[in-house]
Amino acid sequence: MELFEAFVLTVITAATPLLLAATGELVTERAGVLNLGVEGMMLVGAVSAFAVAVTTGSPILGILAAMVAGVSMAAIFAFFALFLVTNQVATGLALTLFGLGVSGMLGASFVGEPGVKLAAIHLPGLSELPLVGRILFGQDPLVYGSLIILLGVSFLLKRSHVGLVVRAVGDNHHSAHALGYNVLMIRVAAVLFGGLCAGLGGAYLSLVYTPQWTEGMTAGRGWIAVALVVFSSWIPGRLLIGAYLFGAVTLLQFHLQAVGVPVPSQFLSALPYAATVIVLVVISRNRRLLRTHTPAMLGSTFVPDK
Amino acid sequence: MRLELVKRGTEATFLVFASPFIAIAITVFVGAIFFAAIGVDPGRGVYVFFIEPISAWWSIEQLLAKATPLILIGAGLSLCFLSNNWNIGAEGQFIAGALAGSILPVVFYQFEGPLVLPLMLVMGFAGGAFYGLVPAALKTRFGASEILTSLMLVYIAQLFLDWMVRGPWRDPASFGFPKTRTFNDAAVVPTVGPFDIHAGLLVALVVSFILFVFLKRTLKGFEVRISGTAPRAATFAGVSNRNMVMFVFAISGGLAGLAGVIEVAGVAKKLQPVISPGYGFAAIIVAFLGRLNPLGVVFAALLLALTYLGGEAAQLELNITDKVTRVIQGVVLFAILACDTFILHRVRLIRRGK
Repeated sequence: MELFEAFVLTVITAATPLLLAATGELVTERAGVLNLGVEGMMLVGAVSAFAVAVTTGSPILGILAAMVAGVSMAAIFAFFALFLVTNQVATGLALTLFGLGVSGMLGASFVGEPGVKLAAIHLPGLSELPLVGRILFGQDPLVYGSLIILLGVSFLLKRSHVGLVVRAVGDNHHSAHALGYNVLMIRVAAVLFGGLCAGLGGAYLSLVYTPQWTEGMTAGRGWIAVALVVFSSWIPGRLLIGAYLFGAVTLLQFHLQAVGVPVPSQFLSALPYAATVIVLVVISRNRRLLRTHTPAMLGSTFVPDK
Repeated sequence: MRLELVKRGTEATFLVFASPFIAIAITVFVGAIFFAAIGVDPGRGVYVFFIEPISAWWSIEQLLAKATPLILIGAGLSLCFLSNNWNIGAEGQFIAGALAGSILPVVFYQFEGPLVLPLMLVMGFAGGAFYGLVPAALKTRFGASEILTSLMLVYIAQLFLDWMVRGPWRDPASFGFPKTRTFNDAAVVPTVGPFDIHAGLLVALVVSFILFVFLKRTLKGFEVRISGTAPRAATFAGVSNRNMVMFVFAISGGLAGLAGVIEVAGVAKKLQPVISPGYGFAAIIVAFLGRLNPLGVVFAALLLALTYLGGEAAQLELNITDKVTRVIQGVVLFAILACDTFILHRVRLIRRGK
């Protein structure tokens, strides 16, 4: 039973950064924008969170810094991809490269420094419940945050006017424009929200997952988050399943190593990446599913005509 | 009052040629601001990063050595991007090629002679092409996004290389250092001519010229271009999209693999856990800066090679981390993409109340 508790707890830690970043990307993509800069936004978020938390001693300020950093990075993307209508795939790549560089520079003096860990919330009584106590009631604020954001996004997209407008912009920007909606501004908002979430995902890595700064510490999680959005076929609920599934795969390597499975560590480390490829293949085989759910304007540019 | 983009009917011819230079100017300008922001005298920063590395002959040699893989990969990626295929896993194909090309000098090291190097190059190309065909096949067969699969394969290749040089291929005489045996002389890319030019550079120049002629003068080259600009027309003209995807991935993967084997057989002369400072990603920028033209790629590769030398110089002389290279590379890509916008659009000023 303790083993089960430990496993679930670690799966939650591994899944949360993916869930945060993927939720943001889902909203961005639902508005018709493909931002492949998630990896870069997460990295800059991670380093900002770490730097501010270490300097001020407050992980909460670190989280705020990561949000600001993620939004700033997303603003760069929005400026180029939305205002200057540059190619979204290439712009996202540029953002990731830029983020790798910027985070490396910002973090250079923080490598090897001990970090500040974001403490878990402790509810007297509830957290001590057997089996589910720590799993349900002993998590840190970012874990609860990730679930609240997902629920909020799920509800707003499906049930609210705002969500309807976002989806309209993503499915047919000409019609949305003709109906009088400001396509550009709605997309900017969606992109910035994506940056905010990616920044939070980064913060989780450097404040909870491994409370330290190492260069390129996201190790492809930003890309896996983008893949998760495809996996979810743009439906928030499925994102939750996907993120926790991948959290489990990420952890498989540690658990297999712990029990001494005679496989080289590099092969185990490659598991999440191989799993991503396999998942993409399996999900893409069902072309009808993707055709129904993919935002029709995904990745296309929009210049309003008169 | 606000600014608005308006589509031009045609491309602005002047800007088509000027845009790479404008992009470079923007990059230098942003670089200066960036240096000022981190407390480095901008004039000195720009000089150390962009000028000093090309002010001595030995550093020009370095520049050419770094440009070689970038030309090869960038020229191949031009084909991909022209046909609207997003191969962003060149870094992985580079590693696959380096591994495949190293089979001879690492496993069959007793085998020497004039055939070794040509065979290595062929195997390197084949290795990269094979690895490039994986995302292509997953795209044509299952519709999986080549962007994500090709990138995931980069991580897998890096881990596989790491395992090989620490495990099966580790040099028994290396005292536990993770590296393979050093290649013997028959397996090393030579330098040629009076200026000791790395032979790999000549290969790269020949390849980019061939690809230039291929795109401009052959039917298949025309098909590559039309697949990107008018995919529906291409289909009606009988161009198989499936074959096109496989073709451009095989060529670009193969050239990345060729770059990989030339790099390990010409520079390090052995395999190590890390064999590339991100050439596969920098080459994406090279392809765009070269305006997806294999000859333009040659010049773009020189600029991106300069960012690597500039980063090293900045680390030594300005005492800032060489990560500045990645920042500047990102800025180059942003700048060239922005330039593309103004080739296709005009800016119009709209006064208030309208």
